[in-house]
Amino acid sequence: MKLKTTLLATSVLTVLGGAAHAQMANDMTVVSWGGAYQNSQLKAYVEPYMANNPDVSVTWDESSAEAVAKLRAQNEAGNLTWDLVDVTAADAMRLCDEGLAMEVDHDEILAPAPDGTSASDDFGDMIVSDCFIPQIAYSYTFGYRNDVAEWNGNEPSEICDVFDLETFPGKRSLERRPHNNMEWALICDGVPRDEVYDVLETDEGQERALAKLDTIKDQTIWWTAGADTPQLLADGEIVFGSTYNGRLFSVIVEQNQPVSMMWDSQSYDLDGWIIPEGLPEDRLARVLDFLYFATDTQRLADQAKYISYGPARTSSAPLVGAHAELGIEMGPHMPTNPDNATNAFVQNYEWWADYRDDIDAKFQAWLAQ
Amino acid sequence: MTNTDTNDGFVVFDRVQKSYDGETLVVKDLNLAIGRGEFLTMLGPSGSGKTTCLMMLAGFETATHGDILLGGTPINNIPPHKRGIGMVFQNYALFPHMTVAENLAFPLEVRGLGKSERETKIKRALEMVQMGDFGNRRPAQLSGGQQQRIALARALVFEPELVLMDEPLGALDKQLREHMQFEITRLAHELGITTVYVTHDQTEALTMSDRVAVFDDGRIQQLDPPDVLYEEPKNSFVAQFIGENNTLVGEVVEMKPGDLCVVRLDDGEVIDAKAVNVHEVGQRTKVSIRPERVEYNKERIPEGAHTLHAEVLEFIYMGDIFRTRLKVAGNDEFIIKTRNAPDQVRLKPGQKIEIGWLPQDCRALDA
Amino acid sequence: MSDMSQTHGAETQSPPSGPVLAADGRPLKHSLNRALRRQKMRALMLIAPLLIFILITFIAPIADMLFRSVENQIVEDTLPRTVAVLGDWDPEADDLPPPAAFAGLYRDLFIAAEEKTHTRLGSRLNYETTGISSLFRKSGRSMDDVGEEIVDTIEATDPIWEEPATWAALAESAGSALPDFSNVWADFARVVRADGDDPAEENPWEVLHVSLAEDLRAGAAAEYDGPLKAELGQLTQALAGVAPVDYVAAMEDVDEGWSDPAVWRTIRTYAPRLTSGYFLNAVDMQLTDQGVAQQPEDQRLYLMLFQRTLIMSLTITLATILLGYPVAWLLANLPMRVSNILMILVLLPFWTSLLVRTSAWKVLLQQQGVINDLLVWIGIIADDNRLVLINNATGTIIAMTHILLPFMILPLYSVMQTIPPTYLRAAKSLGANDWTAFWRVYFPQSVPGIGAGSILVFILAIGYYITPELVGGTTGVFISNRIAYHISTSLNWGLAAALGTILLALVLLLYWVYDKLVGIDNVKLG
Repeated sequence: MKLKTTLLATSVLTVLGGAAHAQMANDMTVVSWGGAYQNSQLKAYVEPYMANNPDVSVTWDESSAEAVAKLRAQNEAGNLTWDLVDVTAADAMRLCDEGLAMEVDHDEILAPAPDGTSASDDFGDMIVSDCFIPQIAYSYTFGYRNDVAEWNGNEPSEICDVFDLETFPGKRSLERRPHNNMEWALICDGVPRDEVYDVLETDEGQERALAKLDTIKDQTIWWTAGADTPQLLADGEIVFGSTYNGRLFSVIVEQNQPVSMMWDSQSYDLDGWIIPEGLPEDRLARVLDFLYFATDTQRLADQAKYISYGPARTSSAPLVGAHAELGIEMGPHMPTNPDNATNAFVQNYEWWADYRDDIDAKFQAWLAQ
Repeated sequence: MTNTDTNDGFVVFDRVQKSYDGETLVVKDLNLAIGRGEFLTMLGPSGSGKTTCLMMLAGFETATHGDILLGGTPINNIPPHKRGIGMVFQNYALFPHMTVAENLAFPLEVRGLGKSERETKIKRALEMVQMGDFGNRRPAQLSGGQQQRIALARALVFEPELVLMDEPLGALDKQLREHMQFEITRLAHELGITTVYVTHDQTEALTMSDRVAVFDDGRIQQLDPPDVLYEEPKNSFVAQFIGENNTLVGEVVEMKPGDLCVVRLDDGEVIDAKAVNVHEVGQRTKVSIRPERVEYNKERIPEGAHTLHAEVLEFIYMGDIFRTRLKVAGNDEFIIKTRNAPDQVRLKPGQKIEIGWLPQDCRALDA
Repeated sequence: MSDMSQTHGAETQSPPSGPVLAADGRPLKHSLNRALRRQKMRALMLIAPLLIFILITFIAPIADMLFRSVENQIVEDTLPRTVAVLGDWDPEADDLPPPAAFAGLYRDLFIAAEEKTHTRLGSRLNYETTGISSLFRKSGRSMDDVGEEIVDTIEATDPIWEEPATWAALAESAGSALPDFSNVWADFARVVRADGDDPAEENPWEVLHVSLAEDLRAGAAAEYDGPLKAELGQLTQALAGVAPVDYVAAMEDVDEGWSDPAVWRTIRTYAPRLTSGYFLNAVDMQLTDQGVAQQPEDQRLYLMLFQRTLIMSLTITLATILLGYPVAWLLANLPMRVSNILMILVLLPFWTSLLVRTSAWKVLLQQQGVINDLLVWIGIIADDNRLVLINNATGTIIAMTHILLPFMILPLYSVMQTIPPTYLRAAKSLGANDWTAFWRVYFPQSVPGIGAGSILVFILAIGYYITPELVGGTTGVFISNRIAYHISTSLNWGLAAALGTILLALVLLLYWVYDKLVGIDNVKLG
């Protein structure tokens, strides 16, 4: 199987070298999340690519949230309409497991770093699955209102302040799924960071995490959409809430709300591309051509001009510049910035792939009580 | 006719006016006294105000001005359910979700009557309308005539002193209607209840009523027993509305003693007429003659009476009578009716004849 | 009469008590049917497009989805050899299945890994036992480590074994002499051909080497009668010096998870092609190798959600009746011009996008929202005691009552329009006061509207999931939210199908109860 992919990729490279563009399809359906994030992809990847390839037309489909289910349905119906899909790392892993995403050889199909470092070394640990072509690192982190009178001038500085209702009274918001919440609860219950997943594997550990969450349960609103926490913070409905760091960036910097960011114990997550398994050759050739361009060092750095997510390539970091409209330096707002990343942890995707079904059932049963 | 107390009146409309929109009056200054036990019919074309009067009496509309009295007490402020008036609606308004017996029990239940008493009354009421076996049926399982009987029984079962009927026979076919007309009057007179009956069918009005109030334009045009109404209409509306009628238009040229006058028709011919609504020479008038009072047999035309030339346009054989359409004094819708008798002459279209009548039968009315 | 019927009978020759005949002598019933058949065919032709449309777009997908709730072919399809052996294993007596099961597993998993179906099965079994997903994923990567020594030995014996064509020729001439090898070869050839390649040109898998070695060890070289007889004899000798593969140990080397009896029990329990497992999960039970058992208490969720869904849907239905009835009455009794405007207001929720509506509810209902602000300003509630009207069951009930109100008002309105006002007048003229007239005469006639509206609202409510998701918080979500979760997030479509089937059955049951209690012909939409 590896052999086949490699063969295909090589043939594509040959095609690239031979400039035989006639073999590439000109229509490409790209699936993404919509909103500011999709816009950043449009500006940083698609528009420059189309400037070089005026014949190509790109159709967007804002279905990333349901990508796994829809890809499975497309696969069962035998009617693959998507060419390139933007998904989270966990979804990429699942799509790979289900045989719905194509396994790729990163060094074969992606550009090396400008200094010659191979793509797989440049992306490094970000390549969490053979099907996953990383794009950005984002994080789940907390924002809080900096104008709460009851806090007597204190400002939260570390993750366990979320569980401290005495110093920081008020409503919180957490995501309505176990990921990150269970980890944060254990960390604040005294579990060392490197033992979190070992503890969480056991029934006792899960009960311990839920017991910790119990202490703030009646003060918590559970969100499902990334836009919820920023809105709730802006309305003064909550004083403390987790969401994607990019959403908080826009509340704080673009909308100037009295909200501050707390980077402590931010939980990294990754987002990137997968290629659906079973694309016809001409469409696959176009997708590979686009990907080679859209994931190079400069393009990934460009994306950070439009949204405060960290580029997945090590070599892109020094190239991150100023926000395209506000003109402020984006470096300090990157979750990957060393100042922000001191206490960060990375979600264990492989672990969650095993324990998701089990823990989610417990978590939902706990929520419903 | 048992209306002994017509003068004080069991039901009295006293200068009643009604307006819906505050601009036009639907009922204009209505004064009417209905005697106890009387069968009074309100007759008129649609929009004449007769139904509004009935609804005001029932309590579903309030009078804009004036009083309505029932048995001497004003009822303007009494809600409909406390008036104790029975009512039969145009489409019967039998409750479809109840059986016949339940429909009849309804007014008794809301009055708090005991079960056995209810059953006796329902049985009696059903037998009264010859529907004794139908207590368990639903209204939808009954024919139109049967529904009509049940509606009647329901309006009577709680023994109201006054019953209102709003075109109750409108939905029945001719034969059934005639039968029900008879039934209703029989019941009304047997039970001695006062009945106010609304219809636009003049035959119904004439055959059923003690007195008929002819409505038009929000007013009572004439209030009289049927025979008077037919034979002595007081104005040309009543003459036109009740029964068949021939109209000739002209001008009074001479007033004569004995309420008689001479009228010159618009085409120049001159006739004698009874002055009903005309008072002086020169007045415009519509002359009204009933078709069955017109004579063309010279022997039957009274001596000295004016005659008119006529041309036969159409002859219709109707069994008991002959109906002939003539052209008279420019009016080609002039109808005469003659009894089918062995010696009767059958006119032929195109025939030229002379027609005449008794001056008393020819009434000079308002123009 | 008697002689008349006699002459008549003589003419048509019909027996006196037989079926009535038509003029041409056929039974009348038969002729009538024939005459009607054309009519029926025409009627059928007229509805055919719709029938086919519904069949394709509605019935078939639903049937397919319902079938998924019991469908479980993936285990046997992916691990046929393992499943065949596991039937003989008694988990009570032995912790681990016999070595034959491990041998079968090695072959099955190798082929599955090449086909990349192993991770799919891993995801499926992970619903039942946590950890199987990564066990399969990791095992798939190291299947070719097994039997390395055998592969090396075979290739060292004679260079022809490095030629794919040799293997293809062997497979062709094997007959029944090499059962294990032929069996694996069939899968190899199938997988290679599925990729559009020729088995005679593809490098043989390691598992082919291993299975050939097993056959040779069993003395197959003597039975084989083909062009490669000499080479096989040579191989048999060469392999005599190599220890046979210890599959139990080998699989444990691949991943220690294979020595966990729980994994094997799960595979055995879910081996049948049809399973009740999804349905059991859907009612907080589980299928174990010991039989049916309750889920641990901290994982019981669905019965509670079903109950909540029913109760809240009923509450919403009641709320729409209470709020919708007066409005429908007004609509039916106001003059046309005014009622049209009112109707537009009623339909307004239909025309607003879900996002606008949701934002509006949030602005209105949240603790710092308009309603709470108003109540605090009036002084009904204290500032630190604001009502929680959203992100809980209250929020779901308010929002869904709002959305579903038109579905109650419209049927009510159209039924009320057909009730003539004379009924109320008749009741009053018969002595009933306003309330009695309404309750005894008007209301019973509007019941079909309530019935139709209730069925509509209830059935819509029971399947709603977007609104509860947005405003329901944790205590206001429905069973449909879990179904949506299993469809789009956990990909446990079997469980989603089982939950959906139960929901469908519940609706049908309630419909039946409703029919018994109220009578379905007592429902009208106007």
